[in-house]
This record gives sequence, structure tokens and C-alpha cells, in this order.
Amino acid sequence: MNAPADFQFDQQVLRFQGELTLARIGDLSRRLSALEGVPKTIDLSDVDRIDTVGAWLVHRIARDHDVQVTGADEDVCTLLEQIAAADKPVKIRPDSSPPFIRVLREIGDATSAAAHSLTGLVGFFGATLIATWGLITHPRRFRYNAMARQFEVVGVKALAIIGLMSFLIGIVIAQQGAVQLRQFGAEVFAVNLIGRITLRELGVLMTAIMVAGRSGSAFAAQLGSMKLAEEIDAMRTIGVSPMEALILPRVLATVILMPLLGFYAAVVAIIGGGIFCWVDLDIPPITYIQRIREVVPMTDLWVGLIKAPVFGMLIAMCGCYQGMQVEGNAEQVGLRTTASVVQAIFLVIVLDAVFAVFFSSIGWL
Amino acid sequence: MARLNTADHDTIIRVAGLRNAFGEQVVHEGLDLDVKRGEIIGVVGGSGTGKSVLMRSIIGLQPPQAGEIEVFGESMVGLEEYEAKQVRKRWGVLFQGGALFSTLTVAENVQVPIREYYPEVDGQLLDEIAAYKVAMSGLSPEAGPKYPSELSGGMRKRAGLARALSLDPQLLFLDEPTAGLDPIGAAAFDELIKSLQRTLGLTVFLITHDLDTLYAICDRVAVIADKHVIAVGTIPELLALDHPWIQEYFNGPRGRAAADATKRAAAGETGK
Repeated sequence: MNAPADFQFDQQVLRFQGELTLARIGDLSRRLSALEGVPKTIDLSDVDRIDTVGAWLVHRIARDHDVQVTGADEDVCTLLEQIAAADKPVKIRPDSSPPFIRVLREIGDATSAAAHSLTGLVGFFGATLIATWGLITHPRRFRYNAMARQFEVVGVKALAIIGLMSFLIGIVIAQQGAVQLRQFGAEVFAVNLIGRITLRELGVLMTAIMVAGRSGSAFAAQLGSMKLAEEIDAMRTIGVSPMEALILPRVLATVILMPLLGFYAAVVAIIGGGIFCWVDLDIPPITYIQRIREVVPMTDLWVGLIKAPVFGMLIAMCGCYQGMQVEGNAEQVGLRTTASVVQAIFLVIVLDAVFAVFFSSIGWL
Repeated sequence: MARLNTADHDTIIRVAGLRNAFGEQVVHEGLDLDVKRGEIIGVVGGSGTGKSVLMRSIIGLQPPQAGEIEVFGESMVGLEEYEAKQVRKRWGVLFQGGALFSTLTVAENVQVPIREYYPEVDGQLLDEIAAYKVAMSGLSPEAGPKYPSELSGGMRKRAGLARALSLDPQLLFLDEPTAGLDPIGAAAFDELIKSLQRTLGLTVFLITHDLDTLYAICDRVAVIADKHVIAVGTIPELLALDHPWIQEYFNGPRGRAAADATKRAAAGETGK
């Protein structure tokens, strides 16, 4: 190994020594800037090796002080010429503005992005409706295979995880309810709690959150990477409508499956609660089922089943819409996927509140 | 006298008995190739003959099933992470699509390897290095603060080249550098690689389909067919061989056009 880069400066001659390379440069650049006095000549004859970084340092001094370079062979001269030719004012990063302005701009950007995304979603909903009407008038264009595939991905493959989650939630509701109601000696009413809350609210809501996390995000990521790979553009040029081939099967599959999954989740939660009641409260399964049938009104089931397809629609729309908005780079796929899940869960909960008020006011208590 | 980068070995890359396979499909079987210091070696072969796989094997992205790979005299098979790093800082790789980091600007992309290997380089010098590397690779100064998604395919390749050159490597791997460029851009890219190779004393491992590039800048050409390198040599040496694929490749209509262009260019130069 040769000596690291170094220099000597006397009588207006700057004499470099050692290896003027990136690996051996050390703090040479800083020491050079701290140099006192102006060199007239740069002597390179003691330099063992030089690369473009070394050449750049030499060029920088030569440029700033109008210096003569000696002791360089033909190759090094060519290198210095090339470096001189490459000395252009290149900016490293885009200009940044003062923090206050930046904060203001970011707030503005976020607000307009939110408004834009909401109007975009409404527009997307309209486009989906138009495409659905197109399918109703031309049923032969319907893609049964794509739809069946989505049934499997969104529905069948979600059964295990949704079942497990609901079962545990049923147990938790029963246990927490029993603990609180026991204070009044009313732990039998835990059955009412389980039956009504799962069918009316939690079954569908928890399913919606799970489907948003599992399938809504998958829609966004799939469509986003297809968009990046120009697959969607290729489809359009061939004459296949991405709306019909990709989005409608996903939206319809989710709309149809959400009530089924929601009902399934409620039933599994009731079973979970029932097992807890049997073990802890000594309520035998037969009595438990009888109690459930007595205390849960039919309207509770309808409330759940009416909400479910609407939630499914929202989740699939958010996923597909965000996926179709991907542009540019791979980072966008991640951002849009996150956005789709956050948006879907937020809208589902807002709408759930609206439904709660609506069903109470029509007397489905 | 100041000298440029020089390495200690005459054979920079040595591949012997390489075997690569994906499941049932064997890509390479008994592949041998030596690359000498300071040369530009072109690697050609039909689509799917494993040119890129060979490059990935050499740079350690694709562990081979059998065989020996030496780069700078170090065996690349079963190399420790620390040793691998020492070898990696002596080469630069340009991937087919540029493979720029999409969250960084072009200039910041160029700085990544320097930051990784030489954290002691101060910020101002780092910015200056990135600036001249960007200019050297033939990009306009406006391209520096742009993000990769704002660049055209050709600009992305140049930016990828700037990043590959950022550590002043002795060895440069280029995977189809001129594919997808317009003829003027491709010729300029050839010229750029040739001049960089001359001034920096680079060894270049170049995968290409571009016959013009082969004629214009390659010192030797390696032909991959039937899962191994069937011939290595200058183009006239290859033409003297009696292999149907080589004959078809260089004597097809495109091959002949490229050869004529080279002859004309040579005649023009001597005419001056």
C-alpha cells in the first residue's frame, strides 16, 4: 500500500505526495481549504496514483487561483481536462424553502389532496356504476373467472383468520360482560350482550377492518404495481377495459362476500361467547341458544346484513381507487396501499355511525 | 510521475467451470472466461443464454452451483461479508434499467456508495464529487436535483453510470448500456465509455446486443451459446471461426451494416 495523500506548500509551490485517490484522501480537502497563501504552481511529480477525486481537488485549486500544473503525464493531463470539462454547476437536491412557508405549503397540499381524493373517490364510484350498468346491459362481457378467483382470495382464504378473531372477540365480550353484570347479579344478561352486539355491530365492523387490511390493501398493491409495469396501459390499448377486467370483479366480490363473512363472524362470535357462558356461567348450550333466539330481534340481523355490502363496496373502492392513482415510483405503491387501508377503515367507521343513527330513528332498536 | 489506477493482477476476472441452474433448467455448464486488465470485453449471445446470469454470478448476486469465480484474484464463492465489501468497492455495476434509488435525487444516488464506504469525506467535497460525476456521465446540470421518475430511459442509464463510477472503480459491469437508446445517444454512450476506459484505465465487462457497440469499443468479444463460452477473441478472429451462430450473428444484415460503418469510420480517420 502506498502512502496516503498529502501535500507540502512552500515558495508558492504546492507539492502533492502519495496516493491522490478517494480511498486515501482522508481530510486532505479540509486541509487544502485551510491553506494560507496562494500557490502559483502545483507539482504532481511525487504522486503515486491519482483518480478523479484527486484530479478534482487539483482542478479546484487550479480553477480558483489560476495555477500552473506540472509533473503530470499525458494520461493525467487528459484526466484533468475531462474533469475541467465536467465542472458544471450541478445542484444536488431541489431547492428548499423556509420552514414556516414549508409547513403552510404542506398543510395546503394535504388539504387539497384530501379534497381531491374524496372527489376522486366519488368520481370513481360513478365510473364503477356506469361500468356495472354496461355489464347489466351486456352480460356476456362479465368475467366469471376473475370473479371466482376474487371470491377465493377475499372470502375463502379469509375464513380462518376471521373465524379465529371472532371466536376470541365472542369470548372477550362474554367475559367482560359477565364481570360487570355480576355486580348486579345479572350475569345471565351477558347472553343478550353477546347476541345483540355481535349481530348488530361487531361482527360486521371487525370483518370490515379485517377485509380492509387483508384485501383492500392487496387490491391497492396489485393494481399499483400493474400500473407501474404499464400493464394497465397495455390492457387499454388492446381494448380490454381495466374497469371491467380488474375493478368490477374485485368490487362485486367484496360486496357479495362482506355480508356472508359478517354473518359468519357474528355466528362464530356467538359460539365463542356460548362456550364461555357454558364454562364460566354454567349456562348449557341449549339454554344459551334458546336465550339468544328470545332476546335478539330479527332487525339486528338485518342491520348487520344491510351495512355489510355497503362497507364492502367502500373497502374495495378505496383499494382499487388508490391502486389506480399510483404513478412514478415503487414508493408510491406503499404509500397508496397504506392510504387505501386508512381511508377504508375511516370511512367504514364514519358510515357505521351514520347507520347507527339511521336505524335507531326508524325504530330498529 | 503521477500515474493512474493500476491493479496488481493481469487477469481481473477468472471464471472456471461455472454451473448455474434454476430448478431443472441448466443455464451454464462448464463455463470458462478470463477478463484481462484494461480491456473492454463484450459478452454476446442469443436471448436467454444467461448473459445477465453470468454477470450476476460474477458480482455475487447469484451463487453458482459449481465452479470457481475470481475477481481481483479473490475467490468470490463463499466470501466473508467483510472481504466481499472490500472487493465490491473496487467495481461499479450498471443494471439494465439503471436501478436508481427512487427516493433519492440523481446526485444523491451518486453519493450513496461514497457515503457507505468513505463516511469521512466532508459534505462539500461530496457534493462537488457528485456534481462532476453527473456532468462526466453526460447528463445536463439540470438533471442533478431530479428524481429518477422524472428522467427518460436514456438519462436513467447515464445516471446509473454516474453511480457505477462514483467510487472510481477499476472494473465496470455494464448490462446492455445502449439498449433502448436512440442511435445518437447510443453512439455518445459508446464514446463516453471508451474515453472513460482510456483515462481511468478501466476494465469493462459489457453485455450487449448492439453490434455497433461491439465494433466501436470492444477489444474482445465472448460468445455464449450451448451453456458455455464457445469463443473469445477479436471480431476478425471470431469471424474466422466456423460456428453457425457466430457466422449468422456477425454476417447477418445488421452485422454487416455495423462492420461497414466501422470500416468507413476508420477510412475517414486515416483520410484526415
